[in-house]
Amino acid sequence: MKRANVRFLALVPAFVWIAAAAAAEPAQTVSGEAVYQRWCSHCHSAGRGNPGTESLKVKYGDRLPSVLLERTDLDAAAVKLFVRQGVLSMPPFRKTEITDVELAALGDYVAKKHVKP
Amino acid sequence: MALPPNVSSADFNRAIAAWKQAVGNDWVFTADEDVALYRDAYSPYWGEKEERVASAAVAPSTVEQVQAVVRTANQYKVPLYAISTGRNLAYGGSAPVYSGSVVLDLKRMNRVIEVNERNAYALVEPGVSYFDLYEHITKANADVWIDPPDPGWGSVIGNALDGGGGWTASPFRDHFGAHCGMEVVLANGEIVRTGMGALPNSKSWQHNRWGFGPWVDGLFRQGNYGVVTKMGFHLMPRPEAMQTLTVRVPRDEDVVPLVDALNLLENQHVVNGSTSLGGGGAPGGPAGAAGWSVSLPIYGPAKVVPAQIEYSREKFAKIPGATFTETELFRTPLDAATLARVRKVSFGIPDLSTFGLLGRNAANPSPPGGHMDFSPILARTGESVLEFIRMYREKLPELSEGGTLRILGPVFMTNWDRTMVALLMFPVGRDPQVNGRMRNAFRRWIELCAERGWGEYRTPSVFQDDVAKAYSYNNHSLTRLRETIKDAVDPNGILSPGRYGVWPKHLRKT
Repeated sequence: MKRANVRFLALVPAFVWIAAAAAAEPAQTVSGEAVYQRWCSHCHSAGRGNPGTESLKVKYGDRLPSVLLERTDLDAAAVKLFVRQGVLSMPPFRKTEITDVELAALGDYVAKKHVKP
Repeated sequence: MALPPNVSSADFNRAIAAWKQAVGNDWVFTADEDVALYRDAYSPYWGEKEERVASAAVAPSTVEQVQAVVRTANQYKVPLYAISTGRNLAYGGSAPVYSGSVVLDLKRMNRVIEVNERNAYALVEPGVSYFDLYEHITKANADVWIDPPDPGWGSVIGNALDGGGGWTASPFRDHFGAHCGMEVVLANGEIVRTGMGALPNSKSWQHNRWGFGPWVDGLFRQGNYGVVTKMGFHLMPRPEAMQTLTVRVPRDEDVVPLVDALNLLENQHVVNGSTSLGGGGAPGGPAGAAGWSVSLPIYGPAKVVPAQIEYSREKFAKIPGATFTETELFRTPLDAATLARVRKVSFGIPDLSTFGLLGRNAANPSPPGGHMDFSPILARTGESVLEFIRMYREKLPELSEGGTLRILGPVFMTNWDRTMVALLMFPVGRDPQVNGRMRNAFRRWIELCAERGWGEYRTPSVFQDDVAKAYSYNNHSLTRLRETIKDAVDPNGILSPGRYGVWPKHLRKT
């Protein structure tokens, strides 16, 4: 495997005191797919080792797809509900994990992005 | 908006305003719906008045902001409770130990500051998850492994500080033991760097963990003496190969020579993987079936591992009736087809597959949702295992109400070097009556184990006082020492009051 120089950032001097407000972060385009891959795909993808998929398979049987992105009945509001309230062993996600802006993008992605089974 | 205990509305409002000034309005949470996201999803007191809940949350993104937040809390005597990624499920999640504390949410401090392939270490912030560090290393094409615990969304720092462990090779899977150097913000806002990091021009912070003089890092493991904002971790250079030997022995009493041989091989560093002891034909599974089994993963050079397997077989062959199976010799990195059929965490790849065990599945279609882990440390001998089994079988009918509570286990965990943990899992959910019965049973197990000299290595936050009380040698002298230190370094008692049974002076019950 190729060796890489992986020292990325010099350490910031630790004794710098910054009392000013945090600088406003520039507006960025949020990718719902990126949010999904980061936070949802580890449980809700197809195949072995996806407990969210396994759980939904038990819940719905053959009535609905168990892989989240194959669902056609979910809207952004439903996605928001599950992300912010959690269900069974899936805990809710805080706004430091998924911001409201990211959650809106995720909802749109899950609601509109349908992968044919 | 709830108020922290013993804090006036005026003072709390001043603190909130100062925090907004320090971290930005978007990262101070006071609305009920936002604060509710910090509830412990697996709380055994869910919805009851004893549930540990926050009054607010504040989320800095830099160490300077942490300093500002802590100084304000100290000024107004507002209790804080620091979390890293907030995923310490089954041990308290993102909720404070002391109700009304403001959660200091460090998730936004998510920088991988350095990955050094040459000397095999990383330096990270608390919000960095195992997924994050793995992704960073993969993108950098660095030839080192991380050591994932069960859930990959956990914090590398948080898991180490809570005493967590993982699934690859020793010594890396003892996560606190594998750390090297930390940066801590004290209650007065001052920054301390430990080990070699105390040298202003240090070039060896992650090269030597001890430094000079008394070593203080241990104070911050399961501690509340400061807020850890950076930690170094030693990483494992990618091993060339891995192979697992499984040994089965036919009689229950064979666990005595089985554990002796296991200990010998681990203490000789012949076996370095995360071994798994279990009943009958199921390594890692609960005891019950006749006989025992143990699986022994070995990581190392492809030419050497088979010789270590052979040496290990010779040691177990002395047990009459011992039988052996071996996996193939896995060469790393694994190809996609192989990866699809192995347990990823054993190959340094984080995932969330562990939630399949206690989540809804075909064998358990209506789980309650959460669980609590009960994990006493035994002596690492077969005799201790048999003693625990005897107690478990004797007491289980009473403590599980004839089996209706469905307490799971015991699983005998040998993940940590020289350590044996007898893990029980208590399912909890949203039914207060069932949760109450689980809590009663949990507390009784704590007492029963303490009577036999077994203490937990870690426990859900609501039981931390119970477990701490069991460590009572010489009139609780260890607890009193910890309290003396707490009062000295955090005189206002603002940092994570009650964490692991350490309370500041004004909150101690006499």
